[in-house]
Amino acid sequence: MAMYGPESALSEEAAAPRCLAAADLEQLFRALRERGLRVLGPTVRDQAVVLAELTSAAELPRGVGDVQAPGSYRLRERGDGAYFGFNAGPHTFKQHLFPAREPLLTIRRRDRAQVVEPAPLPRERWALLGVKACDLAAIDVQDRVFTPTADAGFTDPRYQARREHAFLIVTECTQAAATCFCVSMGTGPAARGGFDLALTEVLTDAAHFFLCRAGSPAGAELLAALPTTPADSAQLHSAAAAVAPAARQQRAIDTGGIKEALYAAVNHPRWEDVATRCLSCSNCTLVCPTCFCSATQDSADLAATQAERTRRWDSCFNLDHSYLHGGPVRGAVAARYRQWLTHKLASWIDQFGTSGCVGCGRCITFCPVGIDITKECAALRTPTAQATP
Amino acid sequence: MSRPPLPTAAVPATPEPPAARDPWTPTPYQVARVRRDTADTFTLWLRPQDGGPAMAFLPGQFNMLYAFGVGEAAISVSGDAHRREVLQHTIRNVGSVTGQLARLGRGDSLLVRGPFGRPWPIAELSGRDVVVVAGGIGLAPLRPVLLHLLRHRRQYGRVALVYGARTPADLLFAPDLARLAQRGGVQVEVTVDHADGDWHGDVGLVTGLLGRLKLAPERTAALVCGPEIMMHYVRLELGKRGVADSQIYLTMERNMKCAIGHCGHCQLGPKFICKDGPVFTFAELSGLFGRKEL
Amino acid sequence: MMSPPAPQDFEEILAVLAHHPFFAGLSVPEREELASCAVRREFPAGQPIIHEGEPARGFYALVHGKVAIQLNVPVRGRVTLQTIADGEVLGWSWMTPGAQWSFDARTQQPTVALEFDGPAVLKLCEAEPRLGYRLMTRLSHVMAERLHATRVQLLDIYGVPRP
Repeated sequence: MAMYGPESALSEEAAAPRCLAAADLEQLFRALRERGLRVLGPTVRDQAVVLAELTSAAELPRGVGDVQAPGSYRLRERGDGAYFGFNAGPHTFKQHLFPAREPLLTIRRRDRAQVVEPAPLPRERWALLGVKACDLAAIDVQDRVFTPTADAGFTDPRYQARREHAFLIVTECTQAAATCFCVSMGTGPAARGGFDLALTEVLTDAAHFFLCRAGSPAGAELLAALPTTPADSAQLHSAAAAVAPAARQQRAIDTGGIKEALYAAVNHPRWEDVATRCLSCSNCTLVCPTCFCSATQDSADLAATQAERTRRWDSCFNLDHSYLHGGPVRGAVAARYRQWLTHKLASWIDQFGTSGCVGCGRCITFCPVGIDITKECAALRTPTAQATP
Repeated sequence: MSRPPLPTAAVPATPEPPAARDPWTPTPYQVARVRRDTADTFTLWLRPQDGGPAMAFLPGQFNMLYAFGVGEAAISVSGDAHRREVLQHTIRNVGSVTGQLARLGRGDSLLVRGPFGRPWPIAELSGRDVVVVAGGIGLAPLRPVLLHLLRHRRQYGRVALVYGARTPADLLFAPDLARLAQRGGVQVEVTVDHADGDWHGDVGLVTGLLGRLKLAPERTAALVCGPEIMMHYVRLELGKRGVADSQIYLTMERNMKCAIGHCGHCQLGPKFICKDGPVFTFAELSGLFGRKEL
Repeated sequence: MMSPPAPQDFEEILAVLAHHPFFAGLSVPEREELASCAVRREFPAGQPIIHEGEPARGFYALVHGKVAIQLNVPVRGRVTLQTIADGEVLGWSWMTPGAQWSFDARTQQPTVALEFDGPAVLKLCEAEPRLGYRLMTRLSHVMAERLHATRVQLLDIYGVPRP
């Protein structure tokens, strides 16, 4: 399957928005299955909206919403039949593109020689369903890490393979959680491009349909196989109205000059302050859709004839992340929190050309002590007498 | 007093990027020779398991050496970049991976991934005075550039090596030091932290030895490698003598897992030591070097 | 107490003081006064010149050569802690009348040094406080540098990393 391309690669007809009745959502699953794609999408499990393999629209979290706050995540009954009426949950699509556990190599010893077998490149094709605008931005952020341009760095071949075999289906948010701040990060709530298909759910007393936009030739081809009608102006208007509430957000990060401001805050007393609250539990890095730190794990069988190397997620909050010459470089929690936040909001810009944060708010919701990155950032941007670099 | 411009020193061929198809895949090498250098340091000479020339590298680059079932360690290449028969690594036994590598013998297999990293700025040194300052095992990553300077001695002005180690028993590459001093036209100054009464050389800091060098600061470039605190004092001392931060090169170390800028471990501020470094100028690390727990 | 230098040695000593870094910035009369407290000494390699425990009666300004500061440690034997070379100064215990040397010193190479009479210099400093002040300032600087070097050597920076 070709990677998605810009909308301008599509003909006017292919790019024109179309409407799919909510009752026909199952057809989307059928069409994906016919094309040999497995579906990774949202479903309710263990009192959360998580990502799992789906085989039918019936498995979607219909009528489910969530209430989020710092350190708090609860599902709620919406009282309607919306399929995608929830915000960011604890899972992100990085679990698929950048798995928590990735076998890399098998090494076999034969006499005194070693034979290296790289793990095969993934070949399965997956549709990622329910990609929010923030998730889409996060995928782009990780693309820059793992599949940079040739002279900017190395490409991870497995990430690249999964990325090429991923069919991205965006579902636009119709409400914001209290912890969302994608507007201030410039990543949402509207999805502008880089998807194969985008769905905007419109649910009113009168109608329940999805406005569908193709974002690539593959998306257009799939859309053409669904029972859709061309969207009229009223429907376009309804879709815009459906997304509007998502832009009303309670939180924001001031990104103007943020890199310089955070670099200058290296000795800010706020780091010690947040360290009195932060448990360095690494929840934030686990739920963050852009965090990419990993560690390698090597093991051998008892006979020492076969060894495996696996790549696993790691976190800069782990004490041994910065281990060097007998001890950690960043021993204090304050230093580790400083590393995480400064990297996410500042250094990332120098490294990859964008912020590392997409404003999904997951780190705020899933922090057990409710540390709020937007509040910490605001405090760090406030100069104090003690904060001389 | 001006000199006629010297031709640019020949640099070794630029190496091919490691395994462009999969930078995680190592290449099997075989140990051709092992030498015990000091109580905790040893040198391996490696040849590719499947024959052919050893990998090309530039002075200052490093490889990830894999100990079967244990893991990888980032080790600078310590050999001659102009020679492709063998790949040489000088390794200090300090942990689980290097401890395993210390047990390798002739004929044993070793997986190597690389070369990685930004090398010493050989082209920029042409026509200049070069001061090389090494501390402890730090002489190993500097050895390839010293061999290069020796090979193309006339391309450079005054060359000096200042080298500090723990005790006389910890001094590395004694024959190379002798060759540099006697045949290479290099001023070699060596010191140790403490010694027995039968050592007739210097005892004290490398910074003390810098005082023995005649420096023309505007023409001098310095290459420094050793413990961070030593590099810190060397930079201060060279700064007092008028050598600018932009002309002092150092090599940094941080925890490394992937060597390809993907695992996030080796970051120092926005710099990835594995790909933006490990060689930097002090000017490039302004605000980062020596910053507590950064 | 040492006898003052012979006239021809005096000129030679004065010439040395004019170029020795420790005495840089002193005026000619000041150097002349110091020169009258010094003798030129030449030592072969391996010569003990200071013995721990003996009365500290003066100090050395090294002109050329190398001197090792050593301690005799039971079982370990003789350990060299620092070496002093051209242009440096060795010894400050003499500043306290009646003090003893706290280390041994032995030449590592043929060495030429100026040996200064401690009590004579102290008397000079009493009579000429300004010269005394300048001398003490220089000695403080030497001590500060030695202390710094000792501290860094104490860190054992090339040693095995400790968790």
